[in-house]
Amino acid sequence: MSGKCYVARSSKIAARMMGNEMMIMLAPESTLFTLNEVGSVIFNAADGTTPLEEIVAERVCSEFDVEFDVALKDAEHIVKELAGHGVLLVSDKPINPPLAFAQVAR
Amino acid sequence: MASLSTASAAADVVIEIGGFPIRLSTDDPTFVEMLKERYAGFVTSGTNAQIEFDVALFPPDSMLGNGDVRVERESGQWLMDRGDFRANWNPSAARGIIRQSANPYSINSVLRIVHTLLLAEQGGFLVHASSAVRNGRAFLFAGVSGAGKTTMARLAPPDATLLTDEISYVSRQKDGYYAYGTPFAGDLGRLGENMRAPLAALYLLRKGTENKVEPLGAAEASRALLENILCFARDSEVVRSVFEAACDFVCRVPIRRLTFTPDARVWEMIA
Repeated sequence: MSGKCYVARSSKIAARMMGNEMMIMLAPESTLFTLNEVGSVIFNAADGTTPLEEIVAERVCSEFDVEFDVALKDAEHIVKELAGHGVLLVSDKPINPPLAFAQVAR
Repeated sequence: MASLSTASAAADVVIEIGGFPIRLSTDDPTFVEMLKERYAGFVTSGTNAQIEFDVALFPPDSMLGNGDVRVERESGQWLMDRGDFRANWNPSAARGIIRQSANPYSINSVLRIVHTLLLAEQGGFLVHASSAVRNGRAFLFAGVSGAGKTTMARLAPPDATLLTDEISYVSRQKDGYYAYGTPFAGDLGRLGENMRAPLAALYLLRKGTENKVEPLGAAEASRALLENILCFARDSEVVRSVFEAACDFVCRVPIRRLTFTPDARVWEMIA
């Protein structure tokens, strides 16, 4: 991905943090996704207004012992995959106002 | 098209599962007698059915036979279709109509679908699980076909009361979760007892060479539970409700992995 990348959670999902994994249900297909801790951090921070690079730098690298370039590459892979399933929305501009998010991480 | 009115119905029967009485009316008394026999124990004489279905019976060759079930919401009504039946239900009017041939299987499927929709509204669900009550508490044994649901029911000690060997009914109420008996029988071919009990635990079944109980993490428990919950509706609201219900359930009810051999001693581990 070149340039800034903004990510937002789709309104078509329901999500819940269970243990240390994020469970995501895509409706109405009833497709279930599970994110590991890094994926969960990115998902939770996907507010549509924070660039992915900033999420990686300030959330991922600060919580996990990983270099920025490596973390960014992994994050881009996760985002691309989730966007392909309709779980995340991706844009080169802020996704603002944010969509009506499904309930997350109680 | 058959009328929604029950005025011309020659016979009816009220079947109460999970505390929801549903009246089925038709112009064929023989069909109603068959239902009374099949659902014995779940037939009530109540006049206060919460949902009224007219059952319009068609010759068997006029139906298309089994196919994929389709449950969709359209203009405030639920449309249910599987080839061997077509049904619609208007929740706000609490009325509907079922079109099928005079067989017990189609209407059994419609009842399952309707109950999944009713339960989704209140945080409950139907789940592929056998269940039994012992010492006043209900235990569920969930798993896919062949996992051992019926085996666990067969191995139950004499003081256990069978709720079902196939489809368990989980209702969320103010003071917690309750399991209800259902007439949805599996290989055992025996209806459950029409009773309820507070739910003590859910065991995910796995056949093995020894009996052992292991705790499950929340994520693994959620995944396994969701795999076993019945959800027919391709509807965002219902899918979300079921997802939330499963997650809430996992947070409140102990879920364990039960590896077992077909030996009655496995019940010594159930508590």
